[in-house]
Amino acid sequence: MSSPAPIAAPTTGRGRRFAALVRKESYQIVRDPSSILIAFVLPLILLFLFGYGVSLDTTQTRIGLVVEQETPLTRDLAAGFQASRYFSVSLGRDRRDFEDDLVLGRIRGLVIIPARFEADHAAGQHPTLQVLVDGSDPNTANFVQNYAQATVANWERQRLEQDAGRPPAISTEQRFWFNPELTSRNFLVPGSIAIVMTLVGTLLTSLVVAREWERGTMEAMMATPVSAAELLAGKLLPYFLLGLTSMTLCVLLAVFLFGVPFRGSVAALYALSATFLMPALGQGLLISAATKNQFLASQLALISAFLPAFLLSGFLFEINSMPTVIQWITFIVPARYLIPSLQTVFLAGDIWPMFLQSIAVMLLIGCVFFVLAARSTRKRIG
Amino acid sequence: MTDEPFVRISGVVKRFGKGAPALDHIDGEILGGRITGLVGPDGAGKTTLIRLMTGLMLPDEGKVDVLGFDTAKDPAGIQASIGYMPQRFGLYEDLSVQENLDLYADLRGLPLAERTATYDELLEFTDLKRFTSRLAGKLSGGMKQKLGLACALLRKPRLLLLDEPGVGVDPISRRDLWKMVENLTASGIGVVWSTAYLDEAEACDGVLLLNEGKLLFAGAPSELTGRVADRVFKVSGVTGRRRETLARFLDKDGVVDGVIQGEAIRLVMAPGATPPSAPSENAGVTPQATVTPPRFEDAFIDMLGGGPGGHSKLAEAQKPFANESGKPVIEAHGLTKRFGDFTAADDITFDIPRGQIFGLLGPNGAGKSTTFKMLCGLLKPSAGEGRVAGFDLRRDAAEARNRLGYMAQKFSLYGDLSVAQNLNFFAGVYGLSGERKKERTQLMVEIFGFGRLLAMSAKDLPLGLKQRLALACAVLHEPEALFLDEPTSGVDPITRREFWTHINGLVEKGVTVLVTTHFMDEAEYCDRISLIYRGRSIALGSPDDLKKQVADAACPDPTMEDAFIALVQRSEERQAAA
Repeated sequence: MSSPAPIAAPTTGRGRRFAALVRKESYQIVRDPSSILIAFVLPLILLFLFGYGVSLDTTQTRIGLVVEQETPLTRDLAAGFQASRYFSVSLGRDRRDFEDDLVLGRIRGLVIIPARFEADHAAGQHPTLQVLVDGSDPNTANFVQNYAQATVANWERQRLEQDAGRPPAISTEQRFWFNPELTSRNFLVPGSIAIVMTLVGTLLTSLVVAREWERGTMEAMMATPVSAAELLAGKLLPYFLLGLTSMTLCVLLAVFLFGVPFRGSVAALYALSATFLMPALGQGLLISAATKNQFLASQLALISAFLPAFLLSGFLFEINSMPTVIQWITFIVPARYLIPSLQTVFLAGDIWPMFLQSIAVMLLIGCVFFVLAARSTRKRIG
Repeated sequence: MTDEPFVRISGVVKRFGKGAPALDHIDGEILGGRITGLVGPDGAGKTTLIRLMTGLMLPDEGKVDVLGFDTAKDPAGIQASIGYMPQRFGLYEDLSVQENLDLYADLRGLPLAERTATYDELLEFTDLKRFTSRLAGKLSGGMKQKLGLACALLRKPRLLLLDEPGVGVDPISRRDLWKMVENLTASGIGVVWSTAYLDEAEACDGVLLLNEGKLLFAGAPSELTGRVADRVFKVSGVTGRRRETLARFLDKDGVVDGVIQGEAIRLVMAPGATPPSAPSENAGVTPQATVTPPRFEDAFIDMLGGGPGGHSKLAEAQKPFANESGKPVIEAHGLTKRFGDFTAADDITFDIPRGQIFGLLGPNGAGKSTTFKMLCGLLKPSAGEGRVAGFDLRRDAAEARNRLGYMAQKFSLYGDLSVAQNLNFFAGVYGLSGERKKERTQLMVEIFGFGRLLAMSAKDLPLGLKQRLALACAVLHEPEALFLDEPTSGVDPITRREFWTHINGLVEKGVTVLVTTHFMDEAEYCDRISLIYRGRSIALGSPDDLKKQVADAACPDPTMEDAFIALVQRSEERQAAA
């Protein structure tokens, strides 16, 4: 046999091998409709949903108001409720008029001004109101209860002012910083960018690696001189760039279409996003290396990355109001660290101490995922 | 050329989970400059053994040395000097032919200076020059396989590992590929070619024959076939019901194996035994047994201790269908199916009289399954009509379906249901209930010996048992017509024999069978076959007729594969002329 003895030298040609892998992956991204779908179309849908569709601002909750005995005083209080921008009030004389409405969910709460109200007030006693709420939706129930209390407090203060003919000793004047109109869009849109990067980093990456296992191309790659590290890196770089591209698209839309303010620096935005992609990509790699199957990989990515980013990151639900055990779990959700920082970049500006802390934690989580992924992606099958 | 083997396998054991090991104490050698066949049915351990040679998998016991490297210690050394084509060719479907080549050239470190020449040579060799800009996903099976080979051959490997390269490829491409690989061995490359086709095994320089993880034989195929030399007979001139005759032969002492071969019966006799005489119904013709060259499969069966008897309990329990009207049971008239601008089946016409086996023979993607599905009412034809037991599939699809039993490719059973649950489910689907349901399922359990396996999940059954269960499910309702889609693909030859014994028995009782296959020798079990190629039926007739059509001075006794290739070429010439 005349062929020269081949030299097993995996270090030579490393650059070319890596470039070849990246090029291959890029062709695939561009030619595969599903990666375009996940990286660009899905983010757009999400962004439009949060930009236009979903709003956490509460306006005009429907309640029933029962005035059991009409007097100037109760009429005045009722007028206070009717004037509130938070309530849409139906008036009645008897609570029984509203019981069905409350049961059927046509109203969210029922405020009752009892017959004794005027008498108690005149006697200088503290009069009581009864508030019935539909506890099946605790958020709204809380809201009705709090705002009912606030409305009464407001009314009382005004009465005092009128009676005394002088302004109250202390008054509070509220000002909301960073988001003066309290528009939820302004913090939902930055948050949804984290969701989008989770989609690209974890879901898409786990799918494409699992696909290589399914189609047998991974096996063919592994039987070449390419090393496992090169294989992983060749996968990561294109999806890292794709994640950043997708993020950039979202930010441009957020700022120019939805008018979300952008008060921080572009550098902070990219530093945070790039770091977040580490745990996201690492998790994607780990999932695909563990499952080697597209269906399982997509399910796992949705449950272990997408849903936590949605539910346990403080994006939609306040972490402080979660049960303690769930709060612990949120500490390992990378989006938990990205979302507040991103919201800060958009609405407040650069607060580097906060950012650096987030970046450090995300890097730590990322390292754990990478170590696990690298350990399960040896150049071995089965 | 040195005599040092390229691969040395010593005492290799590989287990996956509990149960019997996938490879059980395998020893073997693979030499340079020749094609070594890794032969065995599905699940024999072929792929596992190849993966062990690539260093992608490690043995639990024993060791594998490849080109002087231990796979456990230096897989990188091996991977730098082998070419490996996994089962699905390892190509990126959304990359073009050229891009796939570039990728593998970069990964294998082919120097830029050598590329033009190497690409030229390989594209010439594989005849892919015209297609360099086409996406690999848009290539035909045969072209994909050639591209896979080209990618494995970049930077000339010393050892080429091919995992089932012949699967799903038309015989012409398969022959092309074989020639290419033969040329490579001339330059000293060692080739491992794994296959479940025993006719491919015959052509190898050496074989390792595996069955259920055990090595049955290592050596030259002629050595194995030599063991049954002078013991294989072709009984020709059998008139009348040759399947019944075969069944009787198989039950006789001294008969190791027997199959229908066109109009003759092929028998393997025990050493020293003489072939039984066939009854003569036609005074003019006397059945004659002549010695015929042995095939690999004859020797394989002989080695496994012979095939099963000719007795089918399933057929015994079958009520006979009388042939009253003389009308065909399955009819296809101008069946055509178009998907967009692609015609998957074009004007297919044939009919099958009661109690006959009709075969659709052709490579994957030729249109067999499409034709098949139109006739079971699973696919609506774009034009033409099909009838089963006299019922038009367009108007009375449900009536027609009640009269046919369907055994799908890969034995589509419910993997997560147990054997008993599968039987009950299919009985329910076919409308059996009460006493009859109990009776029929009980009968299947007895006939196929499912007794101890009733609680087992279908997916955990070995391939042969899966096939039995699929057959049981298809015949529960005693159908008049049986549709078998690649019924013996990948199963071991004993299971295949057993399967055909049942089918032959049922046919004797008047059941009509339509079978698709890409096994050339299986086609010879049929009464008539239609060769399907690129959506069209290019020839129709009995296997012997078709072979006679192509016999000439150069090839007086063509095989079914020879006939297929010659007929495809003739049809292409006719088309070119038209």
